[in-house]
Amino acid sequence: MFEGKKIIAVGERDGVASPAIAACLEAAGGRVVLAATECFV
Amino acid sequence: MANGEATRRPALLAASAVLAHVPGLVRMGSKPSRELERDSGLEAKIGASLRGFDEAVGYAPNQAFVGLLHPREMGPRPHFSQRLEGAQRFGPDGEIMPEEEFIALLALADPFKRVRLASPLASRAAEALAHHPLHRYFDLQALKQAVGKPEAEVARDALGLFSREGDCVASVAPGHEQDSNLSAGVLLENLACKASGSLALMHLMDRNDIDPASIDYVIGCSEEAVGDRYQRGGGNMGKAIAEMAQCREASGADVKNFCAAPIPAMVVAASLVAAGVFRRVAVVGGGSLPKLGMKFEGHLKHSMPILEDTLGAVGVLIGEDDRVSPLMRLDSVGTHRVRSGASAEAVMEALVTEPLKRVGLRMTDLDEYATELHNPELTEPQGSGNVPERNYRMLAAMAVRQGLIERGAIGHFVSTRGMPGYAPTQGHVASAFCYAGHAQRSLTAVGSAQRVMMMAKGSLFLGMMTEQADGMSFVLERNG
Repeated sequence: MFEGKKIIAVGERDGVASPAIAACLEAAGGRVVLAATECFV
Repeated sequence: MANGEATRRPALLAASAVLAHVPGLVRMGSKPSRELERDSGLEAKIGASLRGFDEAVGYAPNQAFVGLLHPREMGPRPHFSQRLEGAQRFGPDGEIMPEEEFIALLALADPFKRVRLASPLASRAAEALAHHPLHRYFDLQALKQAVGKPEAEVARDALGLFSREGDCVASVAPGHEQDSNLSAGVLLENLACKASGSLALMHLMDRNDIDPASIDYVIGCSEEAVGDRYQRGGGNMGKAIAEMAQCREASGADVKNFCAAPIPAMVVAASLVAAGVFRRVAVVGGGSLPKLGMKFEGHLKHSMPILEDTLGAVGVLIGEDDRVSPLMRLDSVGTHRVRSGASAEAVMEALVTEPLKRVGLRMTDLDEYATELHNPELTEPQGSGNVPERNYRMLAAMAVRQGLIERGAIGHFVSTRGMPGYAPTQGHVASAFCYAGHAQRSLTAVGSAQRVMMMAKGSLFLGMMTEQADGMSFVLERNG
């Protein structure tokens, strides 16, 4: 469902980290152009 | 085990916690300073939203920070709109220091005389510090020598420090005109860290009748990087703090690990004691100036005062078993390994489930968990949620999964083994470290707990050298 889509993956420290999001979306056909995990504290 | 070895069991001998209320320095926090550059109209809004000293002292989370009440005794929120009756500047763990005295302390922390004080501030601060319980640590002669003309310094190349009312009260000159690692801003951050950390160590020694010369080693676990262009993170804030706190027999070093640093620093300290290398090791984390006002936009948006107006600092002393103080169980250390995984569940498994299983304890054998204790009144208005509650609910869910509690008991687990957040958003200080004084009370005669877990996490990925996080935990246990 993400074929041909460019993806910005923003992860959260206490939630899902960006590498996990990127891996899922790449498996679904997307192209991750930026992945970062944020820490809000 | 020989007697000599038995006495080497490491114990948490003492703990302290201090706040420096520095509303004037809020503008110099990383977030406010960036936003002020973009929006000149913000200056007035920030100025109008800064708290006075009495408000900061009367703020229940600040009273909990210095040990005057337990975080579970803070009462219902919102705390910021109430002033706690009977609130005091000095508590069992330390104090809430007003801005003028702290700016004077910056000058006393500065061996290279980059800090200049306006004469009126220096006079008032000298008078206050002469009557301070720690006055014997303060060289008031040096304070006189730090008097200068801050406004003239600012006109040259110095950074001005302004009061809450906007008056220029001090300046910090750069250490080297071509070295950004010694810029006035960096020196100010490092001096604020050193001054607040030293204040915490002084209180620790003063309140527990500890001879400064009896401390062998001081480990710094602060967030700042001390160095020059050839060694940006050269370090050893630990020894700088040892010197300022008159620990003349001590050496020191730093342990760095983002917000997690205090827990590995305590484990290193306990290991040095257990190995017989040193008898008494202090671990000190000074305050983080860049984090002042980090969530100020949320406070302004909700018409709240800017609550991130304090620098927090904590000190602990780890030494040989005195048969009274809580023991640090080195066999219970939990680590987040490279292979552990980044999900919140994986981190908690590594830091809680695995080490407890190893030493034959269940999650319900621990009376309290000290984890990230950030005050939600600081984080929620900006959309960052309630960090401690998130941690405690995760712990409770793990206890349900392990069949230790019923699903319906999650709330009880959170409220009895956890606690509301009360720490300023000073990452490392908020990460269990600030609870050391409370843990010591819980685990000695005045409390009834048998075991407290101390646990911290660090966001290593922010430094862009790895996508990993890290964390460490250990169990503190009642002695005897």
